Amino acid sequence: MDLTPDDVRDVLRALDSSGLDELHLELADLTLTVRREGATGWTAEQQVLRRPAVKHGAEPAAAAGPERPASAVPEGMVAVYPPLLGTFYRAPKPGTPPFVEVGDKVEEETVVGIVETMKMMTPVHAGVRGTVAEFRTGNGEFADADAVLLVVDPASGMAGSGEGSQ
Amino acid sequence: MRIHRLLIANRGEIAARVIRTCTRLGIESVLAASDAELDSLPARMADGIVRLGPAPAAQSYLDSAAVVRAAVAVGADAVHPGYGFLSENPALAQACAGAGVIFVGPAVESLHAVGDKLTARSHAAAAGLPVVPGGEAADLADAQAVAAKVGYPLLVKAVGGGGGRGMKLVRSAGELPHTLDLAVSEATAAFGDPRVYLERYIAAGRHVEVQVLGDGESAVALGDRDCSVQRRYQKLFEEAPAPLIPEGVHAEMAAGALALATRLGYRGLGTVEFLYDRERQTFYFLEMNARIQVEHPVTEMVTGLDLVAQQLAVAEGLPLRIRQEDVVLIGHAVECRINAEDWAHDFRPSPGRIDRVVLPAGDGIRVDTYVQGGSVVPPHYDSLLAKLIVHGTDRADALARTRAALELLRIDGVTTTTPVHRALLDDTDFAAGGVDTAFFERFLQARQPDPVEVS
Repeated sequence: MDLTPDDVRDVLRALDSSGLDELHLELADLTLTVRREGATGWTAEQQVLRRPAVKHGAEPAAAAGPERPASAVPEGMVAVYPPLLGTFYRAPKPGTPPFVEVGDKVEEETVVGIVETMKMMTPVHAGVRGTVAEFRTGNGEFADADAVLLVVDPASGMAGSGEGSQ
Repeated sequence: MRIHRLLIANRGEIAARVIRTCTRLGIESVLAASDAELDSLPARMADGIVRLGPAPAAQSYLDSAAVVRAAVAVGADAVHPGYGFLSENPALAQACAGAGVIFVGPAVESLHAVGDKLTARSHAAAAGLPVVPGGEAADLADAQAVAAKVGYPLLVKAVGGGGGRGMKLVRSAGELPHTLDLAVSEATAAFGDPRVYLERYIAAGRHVEVQVLGDGESAVALGDRDCSVQRRYQKLFEEAPAPLIPEGVHAEMAAGALALATRLGYRGLGTVEFLYDRERQTFYFLEMNARIQVEHPVTEMVTGLDLVAQQLAVAEGLPLRIRQEDVVLIGHAVECRINAEDWAHDFRPSPGRIDRVVLPAGDGIRVDTYVQGGSVVPPHYDSLLAKLIVHGTDRADALARTRAALELLRIDGVTTTTPVHRALLDDTDFAAGGVDTAFFERFLQARQPDPVEVS
């Protein structure tokens, strides 16, 4: 439970006539602080303390979560991180070819994937010239901000071998 | 059949909103939550929770089989789908019926009728509503024939789309073949339905919508809302009633929406969306949404009704308790959507941990939210954090009170769009009322703060 806007309004009406400027309520399941702000304004700060009541037979699975991709990168290699945490996609949309594959040449500005955060898409740029050496995060996997998405070999990018990308 | 125990198959502020009505009506609420939200504020508010699945929506909030399993497991009489996710999904409605659980929403046939945008268009036309000139385009020859009638610029729309998704602008005849191809392949990928249709593009349009409520026999119109302040088809600010519209046009839109609801034998809450042409003071049917809307509180403020309670009553099979003549609109209400986004960085999403939440309170002020101090805003779902809803005696009063309320609102820990609303309220065109759907992009270009350099 929590206090409804109607409950809070009732508290405010009582306070308005009392001349008090602040009230702090502590109930078993919640705390509420209301404060007078200026001539007519009020604020309410509510904290519902109650723990969620999990229905029998509906317990959450063990918080195993997907394994975090290894963060160590071999010497001389460069890790590509997401611009912000989110779900990593290797292709512009389902059913289309990936932006890049292992062995592809990339420039700093090459888009190597997209990250979906709160239903918004942000492109991931390689940030370095080189060759894609390895993917650490799979298509559709969630990546924290410090997760390694892929690893680029910058040295071989300079060598410019004949194998083209795309 | 009475609803004693309701499964809420949604999340965020709408889950909290539905739980409130359950508490008030004495209905036991059970929240179906993903692994990311087992300890959310709605989870604490509900009488119970049931695990729906892993954090990604595709494996939880979008999994209709998991929703029905959860409903059966907890012995729920009914499922409230909220908005978004599975709220207009005929498969969920069907599966609920199969499991003997009430789906709090329209009949499966209605969901099909309005989910297919071409079918909805033809129902609207048959109900006497004006539709934007256009038609189906099965191939390029078809498209060129329709284009010749409606002229350029025009929009290619996916039949399975809606809500701004699956739309493409064509400025001239030369662009049509390529854009049509692109639209068909994108529609196939996004909606599993390659069909598209063309509509004349109306540049200076306003988004005005009528709230309807039906019991399957009759329907009432509960006034209109203006939702023209949008960025990339996402609404940011809504108000009721729609300002600067002649009385006669309000009445015509309401009558049109009722005619469509009646034709469909509609049961539940629905929203009939119109494009209002400011210059000509005429309107066209766009689409119908078969669910509760994010912006429903502005209608609740001016009508004094609890729309979730009304929705539950008609889902129980009760006849409407409101007659059209009982619907009286009082004052003006507005809603600011407070999103976890960074305006200064092109509305970059800002998930994370909330440190503190202080909300404005008082008569005519309501905040619908799912966060409190210590809450986590997960990166998996949309960015809506809270809705500030303010009721005033008229539009100017509501806006003045909103300005004061925004000064008191504090959500610390993530970046929010509160500053956008403060800037919006200072804009003279906005204050005058009746802006079109292109207004906000113009406003942004003029007002967007310089991005802060991050080293």
